[in-house]
Amino acid sequence: MTTPAHSHSRKSRVVAIDPALLQEAARQAWRKFAPAEAEKNPVMFVVLVGTLVTAAITVQRVVSGAGFGFELACSLILLFTVWFAHFAEAVAEARGRGQAASLRSARRDLSARRLLEQHAEGRNESVAATTLRKGDRVLVLVLTGEYVPADGEITQGIATINESAVTGESAPVLREAGTDHSGVIGGTKVLTGDIVVTVSTDPGESFLDRMIGLVEGAKRQKTPNELALTVLLAALTLVFLIAVTSLPPMAGFMGVQLDTVMLIALLVCLIPTTIGGLLPAIGIAGMNRALQANIIAKSGKAVEVAGDIDTLLLDKTGTITFGDRQATEFLAVDGIPQQRLIAAAVLASLQDPTPEGKSVLRLAQERGHTLPAMPSGATFIPFTALTRISGLQQADGSHCIKGAGEAVKRWAELQRLALPPRLNTLVEQVAQQGATPLVVADSSAILGVIALSDVIKPGVAERFAKLRALGVKTVMVTGDNPLTAGAIAAEAGVDAFIAEALPEDKLNLIRQEQRAGRLVAMVGDGTNDAPALAQADVGLAMNAGTQAAKDAGNMVDLDSDPTKLLAVVEVGKQLLITRGALTTFSLANDVAKYFAIVPAVFAGSLPAIATLDLMQLHSPRSAVLAALIFNALIIPALVPLALKGVRLRVQSAEQLLRNNMLIYGLGGVALPFAAIKLIDLILALFL
Amino acid sequence: MFEIILIVTTALLLAWPLGRYMAAVFSGAPHVSDRLFLPLENLLYRLLGIAPTQGMDWKRYGAAFLFSNLVLGLLVFGLLLLQHRLPLNPDGIGPLSWDLALHTAISFLTNTNQQHYSGQAQLSYLSQSVVIVTLQFVTPAMALAICVAVLRGMMGGRQVDGAADNSERDLGNYYVDVVRSVVRLLMPLAAFMALLLTSQGVPSTYQGAANVALVDASVETQEQTIPLGPVAAMVAIKQLGTNGGGWYGPNSANPLENPTPLSNAIETIAIVLLPMATVFMAGYMLQRRGFALMSLAAMGLLSALCIGASVYSERLPNGAFAELATAGANMEGKEVRFGPDLSALWATFTTQTSNGSVNAMHDSLNPVAGLVTRVGMLVNAIWGGVGCGFVNFLVYVWITVFLAGLMIGRTPEIFGRKIETREITLLGALIVLPTLCILVFTAITLAVPAITGHSNPGFHGISQVFYEYTSAFANNGSGFEGLGDNTPWWNLSCVVVLLLGRYLPLVLPLMIAGSLARKRVAPVTSGSLRLDTPTFCLTLVSVILILNFLSFMPATVLGPIGEALALAQPTTIVTEVLP
Repeated sequence: MTTPAHSHSRKSRVVAIDPALLQEAARQAWRKFAPAEAEKNPVMFVVLVGTLVTAAITVQRVVSGAGFGFELACSLILLFTVWFAHFAEAVAEARGRGQAASLRSARRDLSARRLLEQHAEGRNESVAATTLRKGDRVLVLVLTGEYVPADGEITQGIATINESAVTGESAPVLREAGTDHSGVIGGTKVLTGDIVVTVSTDPGESFLDRMIGLVEGAKRQKTPNELALTVLLAALTLVFLIAVTSLPPMAGFMGVQLDTVMLIALLVCLIPTTIGGLLPAIGIAGMNRALQANIIAKSGKAVEVAGDIDTLLLDKTGTITFGDRQATEFLAVDGIPQQRLIAAAVLASLQDPTPEGKSVLRLAQERGHTLPAMPSGATFIPFTALTRISGLQQADGSHCIKGAGEAVKRWAELQRLALPPRLNTLVEQVAQQGATPLVVADSSAILGVIALSDVIKPGVAERFAKLRALGVKTVMVTGDNPLTAGAIAAEAGVDAFIAEALPEDKLNLIRQEQRAGRLVAMVGDGTNDAPALAQADVGLAMNAGTQAAKDAGNMVDLDSDPTKLLAVVEVGKQLLITRGALTTFSLANDVAKYFAIVPAVFAGSLPAIATLDLMQLHSPRSAVLAALIFNALIIPALVPLALKGVRLRVQSAEQLLRNNMLIYGLGGVALPFAAIKLIDLILALFL
Repeated sequence: MFEIILIVTTALLLAWPLGRYMAAVFSGAPHVSDRLFLPLENLLYRLLGIAPTQGMDWKRYGAAFLFSNLVLGLLVFGLLLLQHRLPLNPDGIGPLSWDLALHTAISFLTNTNQQHYSGQAQLSYLSQSVVIVTLQFVTPAMALAICVAVLRGMMGGRQVDGAADNSERDLGNYYVDVVRSVVRLLMPLAAFMALLLTSQGVPSTYQGAANVALVDASVETQEQTIPLGPVAAMVAIKQLGTNGGGWYGPNSANPLENPTPLSNAIETIAIVLLPMATVFMAGYMLQRRGFALMSLAAMGLLSALCIGASVYSERLPNGAFAELATAGANMEGKEVRFGPDLSALWATFTTQTSNGSVNAMHDSLNPVAGLVTRVGMLVNAIWGGVGCGFVNFLVYVWITVFLAGLMIGRTPEIFGRKIETREITLLGALIVLPTLCILVFTAITLAVPAITGHSNPGFHGISQVFYEYTSAFANNGSGFEGLGDNTPWWNLSCVVVLLLGRYLPLVLPLMIAGSLARKRVAPVTSGSLRLDTPTFCLTLVSVILILNFLSFMPATVLGPIGEALALAQPTTIVTEVLP
């Protein structure tokens, strides 16, 4: 029993950028000046060194009594360039911590009854939840309204649990030992049933703790693509370092002395500070987006790989269709009016708590039938494994029942009712369409058949179309016969399906796809999914699932909503696109900065070069300051984009590249020309 | 202009079938020409002790490349040092200084042909025709072999089917690739071209220099010595193998090296023929016609822009003669018979292809054309040198694929193989290398004017030094001249730059290809980056331009750009710094 999809119930969780968060981030940004933090980012490290040198020159000029306004201004702008980069990272971290804290707060100050003997009835001791270790068995009693003290698996008992503290979903969920839905989360409240839970993680090692680690800079490991990009940016930084330091000797040959502060300004403007400053924030924000979707990734790499997925392996049930079958048709036998069949079916389902029963009422309403009140004196006959029928016994002793074909026939025999000649044909007809027949009868006759069939979730086909456009192939896995599977596959718009699938078929398919060079993602919850989850490049385990599945997968969905996989793919792609787009933007920006600073550097000594001052800036100093200010301000200006991610449009790779090149490449060349000129005009008023 | 179009079109039309033939040569499949070439090849394999069927992974391929270069280098250095004691020296030319011998050996070993000596005066016939000509055949073949191995690596190596994931792949046999490119490609082409040049009057003899009486009896000199030799053969391979080192000091500006308009056209075509054909060859070897067309478009676009700028610039008058001569194109340092168009075309091609032969004085080019020659060498991948040009181009492609791949939201991959941290680290080294070699050495040299040996002060002096190291790093070999470059500092510093500029840009890409070859291939989907589209082509061109612009703009501002701007304002810097 999984909780229904609630992709929009997450809103409450999204931590807005509020002033308190910004203040905290601003404080953190200063702390990141510590040397241990600074050396992790080669680009910003160079800026920091440049800041120290300009600061030293400023001090020297103050001491020697020379004018120091320009040098001081440069030092301050450089300082803030580094600070802005730290600030961007700190904002992303603070948001992540905010989200994680709301998850973590649920499990503070819990106590647990640790079992000292094998039996649940045996002695137990009360301990703090934080002292629980992996493998401990704890008893959770419903009577006292207890909370589950730690992540674990129910090894004894059955319970309904309110997981809203963690998932934001208030409808209770059913968890049972020995099933595919035996997983429980620490901090959730048990509503019914006493259970024994075996703790699955040591303190500080839960998925949640790992996720918190992913959004906190100190523990964060760089993802593979992030690492590669960092190397590229370091190489570019080195290129610019050489390009700038080789200038003084060349200028010296011309008999010209270059100003050190101007050279540092040139260096800082050329090295890719924009992407260098935002890179950590982009990575953290990607993890945050996953966390916002209630996905807990075990590593940042898993989220990044999700963007590369070629094939999505999806269970039909629960992912493509609602897990429960729903009434889709009333088929009356010959001689029975449709209305009589519907009326009987409604009575038989009035008190039926199962989703199937509710769907009968819904279909009846859709067919224009008004639901009656529960007749007085009637009693509900619940479904039992023995009778396999359910229904209603009215005050006069008459029945309205529905049930599986054979069960109803047996009941009819006992009631001495005749079998209508067309009944078998109807039952077979329904079964052939891949639906389940329920036979309806009242005390006087067998009335007809209700067809229960899979209903495809709304919006699924659109999402698959979107994935196809992004180059992701979807494969549906189902135990249905090929006919039924084909019909559903066609309706849902998946690219391929496996019918009559055995558990090992998933693993085989994943291996086969991987041999062909494809990266495969899959969703699973059962213990028999574990090998496939481990084999898949992205294995998304349902939190409600077994511990084996959660251990095998590299992500866990707290909502246990299989369609989340699509969201993960988007998060992964967005992560890479944002990095690529901002790198392109950062490099493209350099062109304009060159034309602002290079003429300024040589302005005093080599007037011929003034022709390169395309922007006609006010003065060499205002040009340098304008370029530096632009260079610094562009970082906070792009923080929202870094946190939100570049919007992923549904386009082919070719279109994506063209649009991103136009916006971030061409735009990256053009924007700074306008911005630097504007800043220069403003500066001209003061200088 | 018509001649330019004719020459370029002919080159492209010849390159296409040639590229197809080259792909066949390196595929090793049976070919109709086997009966002609196989006996000679088998003889060479036996002499060198090579098992031609033995495959090599990238490590062994690279090691064989470096080892063969070491052996050749030592051999050549020794021969040059001892040339005065060896035969084939009818004019009794003396020994070279050790640093000049080292520079000359390395210069030819690296397919650069940068000359700090003056050809006909300082080298014996043995040195010229055995030492240098041998290297002029073998070194382009070596770079072509690396290029072929890199292309094989990008396809997962030979016998890719059935190869286990992450296993080292067979990139071919280095010695076989070198032998085949010499025997089946360079020798037949050069022989044919030498005949064509001989028919145009280029000398082709082993006789000593001719002594002739001057036509004008009124001058003091009664007799002139005209050096001769097997010039046609050497000019053929000098042009075809992107070598550039001429028989005569003035290179193809000398009427004996380049006597007629037809010989000039043939020699111009020969500069770009093999580099263009390599693009077609890559298309056949990668089985990707679209990629070859995109490469052709990217290189063609950059080349056309450069030719246009260069020709335009040379048709303008020379600023230095503004008030002296009548208005007209810049004819300083040019052969009147070639004029501005054909000189500018040659200058553009020879610097784009790392050839370095000249038919006009590059020192006398107008600033924009001078800048174009530098752009060609700095990019070093617009056609580029035989073999190494396309390898350099692939480096730009890989960098662009990395950026573009991120921008479409996938781990960057080329032909299904992912570009990851290892590849990027090697690419990062290749990005830093040009600035490190060119700018650092330029800065050091200029910081100590005593060692510079420049003949010009100011912007032009910086231009000369910058040009020399750029030419050395790009393994181009053309000189800005006007530089007293036969000094220990110039010889030794250039040796360092030559070695770094030759071996790292060939070996590092081979490492990348070896690493790519091992990777599992992802199938192409609509989410994959396509390399055969105009979008990618323009992205690639932008990356090439911006990367070089960002690396070298400050230095060029102090060199040719500053010079151009100063010339545009004749009252400023020029008059100021002239002594």
